[in-house]
Amino acid sequence: MKVRLFARARDLAGADTIDVDLPAGATVGDLRRLLGRRYPALAGLLQHSALAVNDDFADDALTLPVNAEVALLPPVSGG
Amino acid sequence: MTETAMISLTRDLIDYHALTEQVRRPQCGAVVTFLGTVRDLTDGKVTAALDYEAYPGMAEKKLAEIERETRERWPVGDIALVHRLGHLEVSEISVAVAVSCPHRHQAFDACRYAIDRLKELVPIWKKENWADGTTEWVHPTT
Repeated sequence: MKVRLFARARDLAGADTIDVDLPAGATVGDLRRLLGRRYPALAGLLQHSALAVNDDFADDALTLPVNAEVALLPPVSGG
Repeated sequence: MTETAMISLTRDLIDYHALTEQVRRPQCGAVVTFLGTVRDLTDGKVTAALDYEAYPGMAEKKLAEIERETRERWPVGDIALVHRLGHLEVSEISVAVAVSCPHRHQAFDACRYAIDRLKELVPIWKKENWADGTTEWVHPTT
């Protein structure tokens, strides 16, 4: 599964897209924990960030759908 | 005059006059246009410029949701929500919201609601280019 990164999250991870392997049935929370383990630099920002699945904000309890488009969204600052 | 998509992201200058004209309706006696502009000073630090980026598909989807929510709450004649992306200098316009309603209190409230929701949930980020040469993504945590 590919995860898109934005703004400071992209800078901290050093990539705009990362590949992760998660078992079928894994949740958004599982992905969040995996990202924190694999990219310790992201851990602080992750606590304040949202994860989006198929263009909507996703709860940590959500099971990741097959072929989902996933993005890590740090707190937004448009306007 | 080129017609700007009324709910959109753009890398071009925002033609707020055209957007304001596009929302005017005979049944609406009030039009409120909000412009967000690049401020030169934040918490005592001097801004040289801002860079805006978006998660484009989701940002457009959320803008459309905000349009729908606003129309559900007020008798909106029409509404425009346009956010600029890319590199903006001080005083440039980053966002425009224009709303028409039959009466002014409705138009003020609807416009305020739309810009507040935009700042809360549309995946757009700004990066400060401080005058001292450093840069910093803005990620409010409160």
